[in-house]
Order: sequence, then C-alpha cells, then structure tokens
Amino acid sequence: MKFTWFNLMPWPYLPDDFREKNRSVWVDIDQRLFDPAKSHEVYNTYMDLLEYADTLGFDGVGVNEHHQNGYGIMPSPNIIAAGLARRTKNAAIVVLGNSIALYNPPVRVAEEFAMLDCISGGRLVAGFPVGTSMDTNYCYGQIPSLTREKYQEAHDLIIKAWTTRDPFAWNGRYNKLRHVNIWPRPIQQPHPPVLIPGGGSVETYDFCIDNTYSYSYLSFSGYLRAKALMQGYWDRVEERGAPDKSPYRAGFAQTILVAETDEEAERLYSEHVSYFYNRCLHVYPGFADAPGYRTIKTIQSGALSQYAPPKGGGYTELTWKDLVEQGHIIAGSPETVRQRMEDLIKGLNVGNIFCLMHVGNMPADKCMYSTRLFAEKVMPKLRNMFPDFADDDRFWAKPLENRVTSGSLPGEFPTSASLAKTYA
Amino acid sequence: MELKTVQTRHVPVRYFEGGTGPDLVYLHGAGGVTAEDPFLAALAANHHVYAPLIPGYGDSEEAPTIRDMLDFTLHTWDVIEALGLKDPILVGHSMGGMIAAEMAAVAPNDVSRLALICPAGLWDDDHPIADIFSLLPFEMPQILFHDAVAGAAMMTAGRNVEDPNFLQTYLVNNARQLGMAGRILFPIPERGLVDRLYRVKAKTVIVWGDSDRLVPPFYAHGFKKGIAGSELVSIPEAGHMVIVEKTPAVVEAIGRLG
Repeated sequence: MKFTWFNLMPWPYLPDDFREKNRSVWVDIDQRLFDPAKSHEVYNTYMDLLEYADTLGFDGVGVNEHHQNGYGIMPSPNIIAAGLARRTKNAAIVVLGNSIALYNPPVRVAEEFAMLDCISGGRLVAGFPVGTSMDTNYCYGQIPSLTREKYQEAHDLIIKAWTTRDPFAWNGRYNKLRHVNIWPRPIQQPHPPVLIPGGGSVETYDFCIDNTYSYSYLSFSGYLRAKALMQGYWDRVEERGAPDKSPYRAGFAQTILVAETDEEAERLYSEHVSYFYNRCLHVYPGFADAPGYRTIKTIQSGALSQYAPPKGGGYTELTWKDLVEQGHIIAGSPETVRQRMEDLIKGLNVGNIFCLMHVGNMPADKCMYSTRLFAEKVMPKLRNMFPDFADDDRFWAKPLENRVTSGSLPGEFPTSASLAKTYA
Repeated sequence: MELKTVQTRHVPVRYFEGGTGPDLVYLHGAGGVTAEDPFLAALAANHHVYAPLIPGYGDSEEAPTIRDMLDFTLHTWDVIEALGLKDPILVGHSMGGMIAAEMAAVAPNDVSRLALICPAGLWDDDHPIADIFSLLPFEMPQILFHDAVAGAAMMTAGRNVEDPNFLQTYLVNNARQLGMAGRILFPIPERGLVDRLYRVKAKTVIVWGDSDRLVPPFYAHGFKKGIAGSELVSIPEAGHMVIVEKTPAVVEAIGRLG
C-alpha cells in the first residue's frame, strides 16, 4: 500500500455566512476574503504539516493545483513541492498534478518536474490532470471542447521531452517549438511515474491502461459512491487485456479522521468537516462543467461532475452521521477507521490512497493528532493488503539510494587553513 | 421548412430550406434553430431560405476539424458553394452574425447584401458581454429577452422538464452545440473581427434590440463604424432574441437590402 498525506490547503477563514453571501467558492470568489498577511502563517503551517507526515512514515506527501479557489491556495503546486523536496527525507513528492493544457509551452512542466525530481533525489510522482472546468475553462480561458486535444498534445510533448536525448522539433497544433531539449532532465528513468486523475470517462481508462499510468479517482464523496466508477475501470482493464489487475493501477482520495474513540472524532472534527462540505464545496453550478468540457460519451455514461452536490439539498442537509455512514468521510477510532479503510481498499481494489487528513479549517494540533493516530495505529495494519503485488513498483517513485537534503553544507566554517588543506 | 443534407469537405451539413424569392442564407445563433422557428417562416414568405446548421447543432454531425474562426468562416463558404448559391443575401443572428461578418470580410466581392442581427464579434472592456457558458437555464430568459416571462414560456414550450431523461438530453445538446460555439465564443466572443470589418463591401443593415442584455446595443455602433455605409435599425422593446420578439420589424429591415 502507498499512503500519501494530502492537503488541499483550504483557506480557513471563510465567514459563517459564506454560503448566504457568496455564490461560489471558486472562480469569482470575493478576493477580499483572502488576507495575505494571515496567509503567511497558513502556508507555513500547511507546509509544516506535510513535512510532519514525512516524519511519520507516510509513503508520499501530496499537493495539487487549483485556481481562484477558496479551498485550495495552491495555484502552483510546484512551489510547495520544491519546499517539500528540500525539507522532507523519504516521502515521495506526489504532485497531483500540473494541469498540462495550461502551461505554455508544456515543456515548462517537463522542466519543473525534472527539477523537482533532481532536487528530491528521484522522489517525484507526476500527476497530469486535465484540470477541472472551473480551473481550466473559467479561470484559465481554455476553450472547453478543445481542452482535451490540447491536453493530449501537451502530454505527448512532455513524455517525448523527458525521453529523447537529442534536440527535436515539435510541430504541434498548439505548440510549435523548433528546439526541444530539456535541461535538466529527471533522475527517474525512463521518466517519473505518472498518475492520471479521472472522473469516469472511458477515454481516460484506456489512456492509463495503454501507458501504464495509475488511474486516480479524486472525489470528495467517498468510497461507497466510487464503487461503480472504479468497477468500470477494472472491467475495462480486463476488457483491454492488461497483463494484471495490480491495485497500484488505481488510486483513490478519501477524507480520513482518527481519534481515540468514534465519539471523540465527532467532537473534535465535525465543525471542520462541516466547514469543508458547506463552505469549501459551495461551487456555483454554472461553473461545474463548461459545455464541451466533457465528452458526449462521458455525459451519456451518467458520470456527472464530482462537484455536483448530492441530490436533495446538497451537503447542507448532511449530518456528521450521514457523512460517516455514506462514506463521504472515514472517521472514528483507529479500529473503526481500519475496518472502513479495509472495505475501501478491498472494495475498490486500490493500492494508492490519497489521505485527505487536513479538512477545512482544521487547526494544526487536531490535524497532527489525527495524522499520528492514523500513522501509528491504522497504517501498519493495512500495509500488506496485497501481498501478490508487493513488488509492483511500476507506479511509484524510485529514488536514489543515497540522497541529500537541506543542511548539506560543511559543518565547520571553511577557513583559509582548512581550504588550503582540502585543496592542497 | 424542409430538413436536408449537403456534403462538404469537413462533414455532411444539415440545413433547412423553404420559401420562394431571392436566395437568402440564414446563420443561426448559439442557441441553434429549428424547423418551427417563426423567424425562418417569416423570412420564407419572401425569400428562398437556406438555414445551415453549424456542425454539432440539432441532429447534425460534429466536426472536430473545425476549430477556429477561419475554419468556421471557410466552412460556411464551403456550405454556400455546395448549395450552389451565388451571392445570396447573407443574414446572421448573434454568433451567426459574427460568422457572416467574417465571411463578408474575407470574401468582400462575394457578398453584396448583408444583415447582421445583434452580432457577436466585438469586445469592449467597459461593456462586457454576459458569459453564456456559465449561465444556468433559469437565468437565460432574463438575458435573452426583453420580456423575460414570455421568453421563459417560449424556451420551455413543448419540453417536459420533469422527464428524467430531460437533463441528460439537455446536457448532451449543450455539450454538442455550445461546445462547438465555444470554439469562437469562449471565453470572450472576439476573434479579431474589428481589424477585418473594413474589408466588408456589402450593403449592410445592422439590426439591434434596444433592450439586448446579452450583446448590449453599444456594439451596434462598433459595427456601424466598422462597415462603411452600413445602416443601423434599432428596435424598441426587444432583447437579444429580437428575431422572435419583433419578427416583422427584423424582416422589414432585411427587406431594405432589396
């Protein structure tokens, strides 16, 4: 199993009447609600929490990309990842990911990911999302019905840039480059492992199967609702004659909250869960899916936007009990969480878990408490869920054996005498 | 009106045909056009009307290779060629007006009569055009009609919004139609027309509803200024859907082209 500690980096100071006074947390959110001076502490606390997860033995620390979004203050995940590459020691740096259709030219992603891989000693896991419609179309102005074509070209260009050792010309529809020759290039060969976030389209299933990429379903509605979609993926894996059904071909994002008891979990975390589902997910429906962003096939399959609120009043109507019972969140004592995580892992057949362990406006102490309980009392019991695939390293980072991190300068200040001796 | 098909380089194109009189090609807006459209019927009273559907509209095939403004412009010329028409009266509403204006600008000697009905295609930061792509269905009538209540009734007529399949059909149509329209309208319906308008030689009439809340009447002046000798017809108590709210007045304005 691979457990990645993930932080969406929500802005924790959305007011109580946010829903009533604002139409959307995303795209046209009121900028006055962001306080740059307060963000100084928020950013540093969030990065500290990611670094803390590394010390507890999580396999990865995860960051993602959103724009003009009240629950994600990370328009550039690579900036956070660069900090983590320096300050963490063992965890994979899971950038999930860069919306590659938005980078012009996309070789920028090939370069920045290469830098992250080099700085971290080969710890990068590279995610290539199409990006949500909110980010890609409404914030970044990409034409909805051409976004996928542009994405595909960006992907092909990045992979070729990573794997070609001589300068080449790229005459694409969206990118015309006479001299592609990235410098630096990644440590991991032939390139860092690739994760593809998907929302149920057959095209994305096939893209992952054909390229040996891990299909990552990033949802906020939990594992019970993900069953049909993930089954669709596994059916497709079989249909396409993939050599195996390794659980590492898939990943899933799940909100997880651990306390000593189920009651304590509710007492400690329910206000933060409520903050997330009611304020952070308050997205204006007009921004959820620009016409043309989804393929006709996907719409016909009934896979609607993951941002569409549940039927019957949306999340406002859901109590803590509802959220737990319906699996939106997995919360409770270590034993409760272990059982439900087992259900999730077996039920979806997923080897990569993106653990959403910071929720809404959760303060650092509660987040540390929950994270540590998970790392010490839950994670070890879930380690060997898939013994048959214990050696499957195709979908995870392969770091250098000997790595350095920050603090690699000589311990003693060099003097004239010491330098003379060293360089005699 | 009769629904027919004509082959073009990109895809087979569906078009409505009907009426007698001088040839007239009508290019629909982002909302599309149907056989029952009262505006088509009114035009057909005195014209031989051809109303081609943009690929992806109605039941027509999508065209992945039509991506940008030049593709739309040349494709629509291909349609006219395939229909065997020479110098028809060219009429366009909204997005169709934008395409018609582009066609007249790239081939000024092939269009002698042009009617632009609240066309898209220009942009001024002080007069932003509403983002139709993020509007919810219930917000549309307010933006599209002078009389929003009557407009809402018109938009939902004959549709069973309670039907469980309605939403999926609606989403599929939106994806096909507005997905295609987005290639020239998203995120801002401007693709450089302002720099090409000077090329238009056609006798041009510009028609605008006074209470157009989608493409404000402000833009009428940009088109009038851009096209030498053009005439502006402003229609009171009409919104962006002036073609259905004040059908006779629009037909009368087009009639001035001779």
